Amino acid sequence: MKELSLNILDIAMNSVKAGATLVEILIDERNGWRTLTIRDNGCGMSEDFLRAVTDPFTTTRTTRKVGMGLPLLKLAAEQTGGTMQIESSQGEHHGTTVTARFLMDHLDCVPLGDYAGTMVTLIQGSPDIDFVFQYRSASGEINLSTAEMRQILGDVPLNTPEVLAWVAESLASPEES
Amino acid sequence: MKTLAELQAIRDRMKDSVVMRSGSGNIRAVVGMATCGIAAGARPVLSALVEEVNNLHLNEKVTVTQTGCIGICRYEPIVEVFEADKEKVTYVNMTAEKVRRVAKEHLRDGKVVEEYTIGAVEK
Repeated sequence: MKELSLNILDIAMNSVKAGATLVEILIDERNGWRTLTIRDNGCGMSEDFLRAVTDPFTTTRTTRKVGMGLPLLKLAAEQTGGTMQIESSQGEHHGTTVTARFLMDHLDCVPLGDYAGTMVTLIQGSPDIDFVFQYRSASGEINLSTAEMRQILGDVPLNTPEVLAWVAESLASPEES
Repeated sequence: MKTLAELQAIRDRMKDSVVMRSGSGNIRAVVGMATCGIAAGARPVLSALVEEVNNLHLNEKVTVTQTGCIGICRYEPIVEVFEADKEKVTYVNMTAEKVRRVAKEHLRDGKVVEEYTIGAVEK
Protein backbone atom coordinates (compact mmCIF):
# COMPACT_ATOMS: atom_id res chain seq x y z
CA MET A 1 0.00 0.00 0.00
CA LYS A 2 1.40 3.38 -1.01
CA GLU A 3 -0.30 5.31 1.75
CA LEU A 4 -1.75 4.56 5.17
CA SER A 5 -5.17 5.82 4.06
CA LEU A 6 -5.43 2.81 1.75
CA ASN A 7 -4.73 0.46 4.66
CA ILE A 8 -7.42 2.31 6.63
CA LEU A 9 -9.90 1.82 3.80
CA ASP A 10 -8.98 -1.85 3.58
CA ILE A 11 -9.30 -2.55 7.32
CA ALA A 12 -12.53 -0.54 7.63
CA MET A 13 -13.96 -2.69 4.82
CA ASN A 14 -13.53 -5.66 7.17
CA SER A 15 -15.69 -3.81 9.71
CA VAL A 16 -18.35 -3.23 7.07
CA LYS A 17 -18.22 -6.89 6.12
CA ALA A 18 -18.51 -7.86 9.80
CA GLY A 19 -21.92 -6.18 9.87
CA ALA A 20 -20.85 -3.19 11.99
CA THR A 21 -23.33 -0.34 12.44
CA LEU A 22 -20.66 1.92 13.93
CA VAL A 23 -17.07 2.24 12.70
CA GLU A 24 -14.68 4.67 14.38
CA ILE A 25 -11.45 5.71 12.71
CA LEU A 26 -9.13 7.67 14.96
CA ILE A 27 -5.72 9.08 14.07
CA ASP A 28 -3.70 10.72 16.79
CA GLU A 29 -0.29 12.27 16.22
CA ARG A 30 1.80 13.26 19.19
CA ASN A 31 5.42 13.01 20.38
CA GLY A 32 6.51 11.74 17.01
CA TRP A 33 4.11 8.78 17.01
CA ARG A 34 1.03 8.31 14.87
CA THR A 35 -1.55 6.04 16.48
CA LEU A 36 -4.29 4.65 14.29
CA THR A 37 -7.34 3.05 15.88
CA ILE A 38 -10.14 1.40 13.92
CA ARG A 39 -12.94 0.26 16.20
CA ASP A 40 -16.19 -1.41 15.18
CA ASN A 41 -19.21 -3.12 16.70
CA GLY A 42 -19.26 -5.87 14.09
CA CYS A 43 -19.57 -9.59 14.73
CA GLY A 44 -16.01 -9.96 16.06
CA MET A 45 -13.65 -12.87 15.56
CA SER A 46 -13.34 -16.21 17.32
CA GLU A 47 -10.25 -16.69 19.48
CA ASP A 48 -8.80 -19.14 16.97
CA PHE A 49 -9.34 -16.80 14.06
CA LEU A 50 -7.95 -13.84 16.03
CA ARG A 51 -4.75 -15.78 16.82
CA ALA A 52 -4.22 -16.57 13.15
CA VAL A 53 -5.49 -13.37 11.57
CA THR A 54 -2.14 -11.71 10.86
CA ASP A 55 -1.03 -14.81 8.97
CA PRO A 56 -1.51 -14.04 5.26
CA PHE A 57 -2.94 -17.51 4.77
CA THR A 58 -5.89 -16.75 7.01
CA THR A 59 -8.82 -14.99 5.40
CA THR A 60 -12.61 -14.67 5.27
CA ARG A 61 -12.57 -14.42 1.53
CA THR A 62 -14.08 -17.26 -0.39
CA THR A 63 -12.41 -16.52 -3.72
CA ARG A 64 -8.86 -17.24 -2.57
CA LYS A 65 -7.03 -18.54 0.45
CA VAL A 66 -4.87 -15.47 1.02
CA GLY A 67 -5.79 -12.41 3.11
CA MET A 68 -3.25 -9.61 3.07
CA GLY A 69 -5.10 -6.74 4.73
CA LEU A 70 -4.03 -7.06 8.38
CA PRO A 71 -0.56 -8.47 7.56
CA LEU A 72 0.11 -5.41 5.36
CA LEU A 73 -0.93 -3.00 8.13
CA LYS A 74 1.20 -4.92 10.63
CA LEU A 75 4.17 -4.70 8.28
CA ALA A 76 3.62 -0.97 7.72
CA ALA A 77 3.66 -0.37 11.49
CA GLU A 78 6.52 -2.69 12.37
CA GLN A 79 8.83 -1.42 9.64
CA THR A 80 8.87 1.93 11.50
CA GLY A 81 9.56 0.28 14.85
CA GLY A 82 5.89 0.40 15.78
CA THR A 83 3.35 -2.26 16.65
CA MET A 84 -0.11 -3.50 15.72
CA GLN A 85 -2.65 -4.98 18.11
CA ILE A 86 -6.07 -6.48 17.58
CA GLU A 87 -8.73 -7.03 20.19
CA SER A 88 -11.94 -8.76 19.30
CA SER A 89 -14.89 -10.37 20.99
CA GLN A 90 -18.01 -12.13 19.87
CA GLY A 91 -19.93 -11.94 23.13
CA GLU A 92 -22.50 -9.43 24.27
CA HIS A 93 -20.22 -6.48 23.51
CA HIS A 94 -19.07 -7.81 20.18
CA GLY A 95 -16.68 -5.92 17.98
CA THR A 96 -13.10 -5.52 16.92
CA THR A 97 -10.46 -2.88 17.62
CA VAL A 98 -7.31 -2.63 15.55
CA THR A 99 -4.58 -0.34 16.87
CA ALA A 100 -1.37 0.43 15.01
CA ARG A 101 1.48 2.75 15.99
CA PHE A 102 3.96 4.33 13.60
CA LEU A 103 7.15 6.25 14.31
CA MET A 104 6.50 9.19 12.03
CA ASP A 105 10.01 10.33 11.18
CA HIS A 106 11.19 6.81 10.39
CA LEU A 107 12.41 6.44 6.81
CA ASP A 108 9.98 3.59 6.18
CA CYS A 109 6.90 5.35 7.55
CA VAL A 110 4.38 5.52 4.71
CA PRO A 111 2.58 8.86 4.39
CA LEU A 112 -0.97 9.18 5.74
CA GLY A 113 -2.16 10.15 2.26
CA ASP A 114 -5.66 10.91 1.10
CA TYR A 115 -7.78 10.09 4.15
CA ALA A 116 -10.59 12.25 2.75
CA GLY A 117 -10.73 9.96 -0.31
CA THR A 118 -10.92 6.98 2.02
CA MET A 119 -13.84 8.44 4.00
CA VAL A 120 -15.69 9.38 0.79
CA THR A 121 -15.23 5.82 -0.49
CA LEU A 122 -16.50 4.29 2.76
CA ILE A 123 -19.56 6.56 2.91
CA GLN A 124 -20.31 6.00 -0.79
CA GLY A 125 -20.29 2.25 -0.26
CA SER A 126 -22.12 2.15 3.07
CA PRO A 127 -24.25 5.29 3.46
CA ASP A 128 -26.27 3.78 6.30
CA ILE A 129 -23.36 2.92 8.61
CA ASP A 130 -22.33 5.38 11.31
CA PHE A 131 -18.74 6.40 10.63
CA VAL A 132 -16.81 8.52 13.10
CA PHE A 133 -13.56 10.03 11.89
CA GLN A 134 -11.17 11.97 14.06
CA TYR A 135 -7.72 13.20 13.11
CA ARG A 136 -5.68 14.97 15.76
CA SER A 137 -2.34 16.44 14.78
CA ALA A 138 -0.09 19.36 15.64
CA SER A 139 -2.01 21.52 13.16
CA GLY A 140 -5.40 20.89 14.70
CA GLU A 141 -8.26 18.48 14.85
CA ILE A 142 -10.68 17.23 12.23
CA ASN A 143 -13.93 15.49 13.11
CA LEU A 144 -16.63 13.88 11.05
CA SER A 145 -19.67 11.96 12.21
CA THR A 146 -22.06 10.55 9.66
CA ALA A 147 -24.75 10.19 12.35
CA GLU A 148 -24.56 13.96 12.88
CA MET A 149 -24.68 14.52 9.10
CA ARG A 150 -27.74 12.30 8.83
CA GLN A 151 -29.57 14.40 11.44
CA ILE A 152 -29.09 17.47 9.29
CA LEU A 153 -29.73 15.77 5.98
CA GLY A 154 -32.94 14.02 6.96
CA ASP A 155 -33.92 11.69 4.14
CA VAL A 156 -31.25 12.91 1.70
CA PRO A 157 -28.95 9.87 1.34
CA LEU A 158 -25.31 10.26 2.38
CA ASN A 159 -24.10 8.91 -0.95
CA THR A 160 -25.67 11.80 -2.86
CA PRO A 161 -22.83 13.31 -4.97
CA GLU A 162 -23.21 16.79 -3.43
CA VAL A 163 -22.95 15.30 0.05
CA LEU A 164 -19.84 13.27 -0.86
CA ALA A 165 -18.26 16.44 -2.26
CA TRP A 166 -19.03 18.17 1.03
CA VAL A 167 -17.30 15.35 2.93
CA ALA A 168 -14.20 15.61 0.74
CA GLU A 169 -13.94 19.35 1.26
CA SER A 170 -14.76 19.37 4.96
CA LEU A 171 -11.95 16.90 5.63
CA ALA A 172 -9.47 18.78 3.45
CA SER A 173 -7.71 20.93 6.02
CA PRO A 174 -7.03 20.49 9.72
CA GLU A 175 -7.09 24.21 10.56
CA GLU A 176 -10.60 24.33 11.94
CA SER A 177 -11.31 22.17 14.93
CA MET B 1 -13.68 25.01 4.74
CA LYS B 2 -17.08 23.36 4.68
CA THR B 3 -19.43 23.76 7.59
CA LEU B 4 -22.55 22.02 8.82
CA ALA B 5 -24.52 25.05 7.62
CA GLU B 6 -23.51 24.16 4.08
CA LEU B 7 -24.78 20.64 4.64
CA GLN B 8 -28.09 22.16 5.67
CA ALA B 9 -28.05 24.15 2.42
CA ILE B 10 -27.56 20.94 0.43
CA ARG B 11 -30.56 19.45 2.18
CA ASP B 12 -32.70 22.49 1.45
CA ARG B 13 -31.73 22.33 -2.21
CA MET B 14 -32.40 18.61 -2.44
CA LYS B 15 -35.77 18.51 -0.75
CA ASP B 16 -37.33 20.58 -3.52
CA SER B 17 -36.10 18.20 -6.15
CA VAL B 18 -36.84 14.53 -6.34
CA VAL B 19 -34.17 12.81 -4.30
CA MET B 20 -32.52 10.19 -6.42
CA ARG B 21 -32.24 6.97 -4.54
CA SER B 22 -29.40 4.63 -5.24
CA GLY B 23 -30.62 1.35 -6.64
CA SER B 24 -33.18 2.94 -8.91
CA GLY B 25 -31.11 2.59 -12.08
CA ASN B 26 -31.17 -0.45 -14.33
CA ILE B 27 -27.41 -0.43 -14.90
CA ARG B 28 -25.11 -1.42 -12.05
CA ALA B 29 -21.41 -0.59 -12.18
CA VAL B 30 -19.52 -2.50 -9.48
CA VAL B 31 -15.96 -1.75 -8.37
CA GLY B 32 -13.87 -4.43 -6.62
CA MET B 33 -12.76 -2.99 -3.27
CA ALA B 34 -10.94 -5.82 -1.46
CA THR B 35 -7.26 -5.56 -0.47
CA CYS B 36 -6.18 -6.51 -4.01
CA GLY B 37 -8.35 -3.84 -5.64
CA ILE B 38 -7.40 -1.12 -3.15
CA ALA B 39 -3.67 -1.85 -3.49
CA ALA B 40 -3.96 -1.75 -7.28
CA GLY B 41 -5.66 1.66 -7.30
CA ALA B 42 -9.42 1.03 -7.02
CA ARG B 43 -10.09 4.07 -4.84
CA PRO B 44 -9.34 6.70 -7.54
CA VAL B 45 -11.18 4.52 -10.07
CA LEU B 46 -14.30 4.50 -7.90
CA SER B 47 -14.20 8.24 -7.25
CA ALA B 48 -13.69 9.00 -10.95
CA LEU B 49 -16.65 6.76 -11.79
CA VAL B 50 -18.93 8.37 -9.21
CA GLU B 51 -17.87 11.82 -10.42
CA GLU B 52 -18.35 11.05 -14.10
CA VAL B 53 -21.76 9.40 -13.60
CA ASN B 54 -22.79 12.58 -11.81
CA ASN B 55 -21.27 14.89 -14.45
CA LEU B 56 -23.05 13.01 -17.22
CA HIS B 57 -26.36 13.12 -15.29
CA LEU B 58 -26.60 9.34 -15.30
CA ASN B 59 -27.59 9.01 -11.64
CA GLU B 60 -31.07 7.83 -12.46
CA LYS B 61 -29.85 5.20 -14.88
CA VAL B 62 -26.64 3.98 -13.27
CA THR B 63 -25.95 2.79 -9.73
CA VAL B 64 -22.31 2.65 -8.63
CA THR B 65 -21.58 0.09 -5.91
CA GLN B 66 -18.62 -1.66 -4.31
CA THR B 67 -17.89 -5.31 -3.82
CA GLY B 68 -15.19 -7.52 -2.31
CA CYS B 69 -12.68 -9.69 -4.11
CA ILE B 70 -13.86 -10.70 -7.56
CA GLY B 71 -11.30 -13.52 -7.70
CA ILE B 72 -8.98 -12.39 -10.49
CA CYS B 73 -6.74 -10.12 -8.45
CA ARG B 74 -4.03 -9.75 -11.10
CA TYR B 75 -6.51 -7.80 -13.22
CA GLU B 76 -7.46 -5.28 -10.53
CA PRO B 77 -8.76 -2.60 -10.52
CA ILE B 78 -11.85 -4.27 -11.98
CA VAL B 79 -15.19 -2.69 -12.85
CA GLU B 80 -18.13 -4.96 -13.72
CA VAL B 81 -21.16 -3.60 -15.54
CA PHE B 82 -24.48 -5.38 -15.09
CA GLU B 83 -27.48 -4.55 -17.20
CA ALA B 84 -30.81 -6.37 -17.35
CA ASP B 85 -31.03 -8.87 -20.22
CA LYS B 86 -27.40 -8.27 -21.21
CA GLU B 87 -24.23 -10.19 -20.56
CA LYS B 88 -22.02 -8.88 -17.76
CA VAL B 89 -19.08 -6.79 -19.00
CA THR B 90 -15.83 -7.04 -17.02
CA TYR B 91 -13.35 -4.18 -17.40
CA VAL B 92 -9.85 -4.89 -16.10
CA ASN B 93 -6.68 -2.94 -15.20
CA MET B 94 -8.79 0.16 -14.87
CA THR B 95 -7.58 3.69 -14.22
CA ALA B 96 -9.47 6.90 -13.53
CA GLU B 97 -8.96 7.90 -17.18
CA LYS B 98 -10.23 4.59 -18.57
CA VAL B 99 -13.29 4.52 -16.33
CA ARG B 100 -14.27 8.02 -17.50
CA ARG B 101 -14.27 6.73 -21.06
CA VAL B 102 -16.37 3.71 -20.01
CA ALA B 103 -18.86 6.08 -18.36
CA LYS B 104 -19.28 8.09 -21.57
CA GLU B 105 -19.19 5.35 -24.19
CA HIS B 106 -20.76 2.43 -22.36
CA LEU B 107 -22.90 3.74 -19.51
CA ARG B 108 -24.19 6.78 -21.42
CA ASP B 109 -24.07 5.70 -25.08
CA GLY B 110 -24.47 1.94 -24.66
CA LYS B 111 -21.33 0.98 -26.56
CA VAL B 112 -18.96 -1.43 -24.76
CA VAL B 113 -15.30 -0.28 -24.73
CA GLU B 114 -14.00 -3.61 -26.01
CA GLU B 115 -10.28 -2.86 -25.63
CA TYR B 116 -10.56 -2.58 -21.83
CA THR B 117 -12.55 -5.78 -21.33
CA ILE B 118 -11.08 -8.96 -19.92
CA GLY B 119 -11.70 -10.66 -23.27
CA ALA B 120 -9.40 -8.24 -25.08
CA VAL B 121 -6.70 -8.27 -22.38
CA GLU B 122 -6.52 -12.07 -22.16
CA LYS B 123 -5.88 -12.51 -25.89
